[in-house]
Amino acid sequence: METIFSVFPYAIAYTMPLLAAALGGLYCERSGVVNIGLEGLMVVGSFTSAMVISGLQASMGPSALWVGLAAAMVIGAAFSLLHAVASINLKANQVISGTAINMIAGALTVFLARNITGSGNVRITMGFIQRDIPLLSDIPVLGPLFFSKTYATTWLVLALVAISWVVIYKTPFGLRLRACGEHPQTADAAGISVYRMRYIAVMISGALAGLAGAVILVTYSSEFNGSVSGLGFLALAALIFGQWKPAGILGSTFFFGIAATVANVSQVIPAFSRIPGLLLKAFPYVVTLAALVLFSKSSQAPRAAGEPFDQGKR
Amino acid sequence: MNRTRSLFTALAAVLLGLVAGAIFMALTGADPFKGYSFLFRGGLMNLERIGNTLASATTLVLTGLSVAFAFRTGLFSIGAAGQMLIGGLVATALGLSLELSKPLMLFVMLLGAALGGALWASIPGYLKAKFNVHEVVSTIMMNWLAYWVVYYSIPAYFKGTFLETESRRIPEYASLRVDWLSDLFKGSYINLGLILAIGATAIIALILNRTTLGYELKAVGFNRHAAEYAGIDVSRNIIMALGISGALAGLAGATFYAGYSVNMQIGVLPAAGLDGIAVALLGANSPWGVFASAVFFGILHSGKGFMNAMTDIPPEIGDTIIATIIYFAATSVLFVRFYDFLRRKFKKEA
Repeated sequence: METIFSVFPYAIAYTMPLLAAALGGLYCERSGVVNIGLEGLMVVGSFTSAMVISGLQASMGPSALWVGLAAAMVIGAAFSLLHAVASINLKANQVISGTAINMIAGALTVFLARNITGSGNVRITMGFIQRDIPLLSDIPVLGPLFFSKTYATTWLVLALVAISWVVIYKTPFGLRLRACGEHPQTADAAGISVYRMRYIAVMISGALAGLAGAVILVTYSSEFNGSVSGLGFLALAALIFGQWKPAGILGSTFFFGIAATVANVSQVIPAFSRIPGLLLKAFPYVVTLAALVLFSKSSQAPRAAGEPFDQGKR
Repeated sequence: MNRTRSLFTALAAVLLGLVAGAIFMALTGADPFKGYSFLFRGGLMNLERIGNTLASATTLVLTGLSVAFAFRTGLFSIGAAGQMLIGGLVATALGLSLELSKPLMLFVMLLGAALGGALWASIPGYLKAKFNVHEVVSTIMMNWLAYWVVYYSIPAYFKGTFLETESRRIPEYASLRVDWLSDLFKGSYINLGLILAIGATAIIALILNRTTLGYELKAVGFNRHAAEYAGIDVSRNIIMALGISGALAGLAGATFYAGYSVNMQIGVLPAAGLDGIAVALLGANSPWGVFASAVFFGILHSGKGFMNAMTDIPPEIGDTIIATIIYFAATSVLFVRFYDFLRRKFKKEA
């Protein structure tokens, strides 16, 4: 039980960036645009927040962290415009455009970082501090699991998921968004501007992926090194696993978070140290493949995801 | 799209990518003309550097063909990096365990690498054909699986003499490097893989343009349902396409780890895997187009180190230029419209 209590906060910390990125992917794909570029947008967010925080931390103190998160969201949204223009206006293959985003982000951020710091890595000297929530952390079992050693960003991301559920299912905006992803021609006939909705959705995904990259930096990494080690792609898998639903991705990303954390800390926990490392490391990916097999037949994917909008098509 | 048109869009994408690179250099306070002159001199200025350029291009030709071949069947494979790792691992394992004469040894290693890559790629192929699992996500998962397989098996079975994180050196009789080629190009990384790459390009061109298999694969790529209606076994073709694509990437791994390099490092997904997508796109997925664009990217790859040594410009500018070129290649519809506009205009005048 003690080990579970000690591992759990790490699993939650690892889950949050994944969840934020998957939520970004959810907006984007629900509007009918596939965004393979989440990985690159996360790198952009991580880079932006690293630059902002390392520049402001001396003068502003801890509030620099929040400025860094905000900046990552703004720049992430701006960068995602590249994908929006290519896949919405120019009707490019969305997977290729997303791949290009990944490549540009990985190369350009390191190029800029090297110009500024020399090494291509950017360190920040502080991050968010893990805090216990008063009262709630005293609840037996649940307290130590969910309310101890939490980051402020964790609550931010969870709040965004809750807000997104309301926005997507309970507002006119959400209904229009989903309509654009299911049958854009019908949405168009009903007077919705498909282009505008898709632009908004792609930019939201850019902002959330940027936030995800920044969250990695301010919680467990504290160094930008030009990569988010495949988390963006894992977020895409979590999106399919969670069947394009906010509650679904909450569950799937949390599952990935637990699996990855168990693999990472297995050496120090006696119960796991007897299992070969390869099996533990491979576990999340094998489970993803298995989940894809299970879910792909009865897939709830947005019908029009990946297809450029053609007004004349019926 | 006809041939002149794809050549036009490719050249336009390259030109715009180079312009974007110049802008980035200028923005960071460097002289773009100096930067580019060192970049291209670094890739081409003497026989040794040309040899290194061709050695970089070798791997890119094979991964580019791998991506392009899958693409012609309508499959977007991101799995070349993982298939390269598996191909390299099989080749390294065979090279370090067997003792055969060099020609036989190389044949066995290349065969093993191709089979390993094909097997690794046929898993996403099977999942796509039978369960409709999207190949983009499944090939990415296979990449990370390959990464961890290499990460654990190299230290366990083929540990290097000094470092835990790399394999032992490949012996001379198991290396794709040969004296006459190395001497010809003054001791560069060039190796027999280049001949393999040229042969593979010719064979893939032959398969795609002159065989029933190629016809069926392309038919599935154009319209899966129409192909099925016409009596083509779509599932079999999907698995076959990814299998051949994986075999090519596996061969790329063998040329990289047992030719360009002399041992295998753990903890790295080879960049040539992702760059293969760039090569295929710029080459418009045609075999000889892939070959030409791989040579061009080879120049950028081997020149960027020299540029970095002679100027303050970071080597990542090379990757930035490649990535920008891909973005412009992806949005090529702009150039196509421009090209059609020019053609109409000239027709009117003529």
